[in-house]
Amino acid sequence: MAKITFETALKQLEAIVKEMESGDLTLEQAVKKYETGIEKVRYCMQILDSTEKKITQLTRDLDGSVTEIPFDHE
Amino acid sequence: MAEHKTSRIYSVSHLTREIKTLLEERFPFVWVTGEISNYAAPSSGHSYFSLKDAGAVINCVMFKNQKRTLQFSLENGLNIVGMARLTLYEPRGNYQLIFEHIAPEGAGALQKAFEQLKKKLADEGLFDPVHKQSLPYLPGKISVITSGTGAAVRDIIHIALRRFPGCCLQVFPVAVQGGEACDDIVYAINTVNHFQQADVIILARGGGSLEDLAAFNSEPVARAVFASQIPVITGIGHETDVTIADFVADVRAPTPSAAAELVLPEKIRLVRHIIDMQMSVTLSMTQKLDFLHQKVDDLHSRLKSPAQVIANFKQILETCFFRMQHALNRRIFHSREKLSWISQGLFRAVPGIRIQQQQVGDLQKNLAFAMKARLDGHTNNISRAAASLEALNPASVLDRGYSIARTIPGKKVILDAEQLAVQDPVELILSKGRILTRVEKKIDGKDHI
Repeated sequence: MAKITFETALKQLEAIVKEMESGDLTLEQAVKKYETGIEKVRYCMQILDSTEKKITQLTRDLDGSVTEIPFDHE
Repeated sequence: MAEHKTSRIYSVSHLTREIKTLLEERFPFVWVTGEISNYAAPSSGHSYFSLKDAGAVINCVMFKNQKRTLQFSLENGLNIVGMARLTLYEPRGNYQLIFEHIAPEGAGALQKAFEQLKKKLADEGLFDPVHKQSLPYLPGKISVITSGTGAAVRDIIHIALRRFPGCCLQVFPVAVQGGEACDDIVYAINTVNHFQQADVIILARGGGSLEDLAAFNSEPVARAVFASQIPVITGIGHETDVTIADFVADVRAPTPSAAAELVLPEKIRLVRHIIDMQMSVTLSMTQKLDFLHQKVDDLHSRLKSPAQVIANFKQILETCFFRMQHALNRRIFHSREKLSWISQGLFRAVPGIRIQQQQVGDLQKNLAFAMKARLDGHTNNISRAAASLEALNPASVLDRGYSIARTIPGKKVILDAEQLAVQDPVELILSKGRILTRVEKKIDGKDHI
């Protein structure tokens, strides 16, 4: 699966749900849709879980270069 | 001419000077309101204009030095309130107002400047909806340009982490008020765009006065926001504060917290939504399979095996057999009924049999009666014999006071005194109990009483 955005994957999943609920699919089609749907579910959940908590701060050094350091927000 | 003599004659200069003194002493400083017209700003930097209302016009001037404090531009048609000195320009015989301070009527200078910049940028199309970018559905990295120490940055981080635990925030601390604020913000926006890491920029500031928000109402910031390739959402001040930056931004949130809410979806909702859909597809699949299973089962049950066919026929045969048997039994029963009915009719039709039946009955009764009388007689005889037998019972004799004497040993009943010698032991049986005794004396003979 080529890298797609979370939103795209979510929309595809919604479309699959709609199609499957319409019930006009053959068994083979339904199985294929189901497999794709579950794949999308995994993909979406993986994106949701993979974002790591990270809060940084950009600082400007005297020479004008910008560096990223952890931001202490507590 | 007499009047000329009594009146003092002024030179023009003298009179003008007198008028000037009079005016300037009478009106050292005045507050005036009116509408600007005939506005002119020559290269000298001073501004010349007229102030008018419906009935009159006064010439006015504002010198370069005083103009520096102005926070908006003077222009024709503008209604102003200002503080001025009234002077008379002797060479021309004109009196004029020299303004020290001017403010737009009804609103502050900043407000006026705001309106002017807003109109200018609107005319240029900076606020056009066609330029608005949509926010990413789920931003990977969010750049927050705001004060590094204010409540705004804390609110944003708090809301962001609450809505989407694990989200990625990058804070770009800037001065949000004061002289450096404008340059700082412009630099931050450009830098974040240069790095191209963030998916969205939150430009935020806590609440403040119109003066505090000046940087966000400045033209450079507006142009930097407009130029940003990365979508910009503003959360500046309180809900009622609207800045130029808000108009240019792709999305305007009323507060910093609201900006964080608009930028990030709620993770828990997304997760719930996905799980719901997972359940939906699984349910659809299960239903489809159940349906097909049922259909196959149904068809299978309708597909008859030869054994089934044979069994069906057997059942039909059995049913027929039982019905046949039942019909036959009924027929036999009816025939019996009929026969019985006919035979009763037959008996009724022959009277002799009935009379003989009666006689047999009577004879039976007589026989029973005779037999009973005979039996009763015998019973009485037996009772009498039993009573006689009772009278002969030795126990009854003892009850009447007699006793039985017996030898010891031998237990022979003693009927004759000859059977005993003196001092022989004797057993006497009484009605109740026995006595052991000895013979004292013997008296022979029949006389015993």
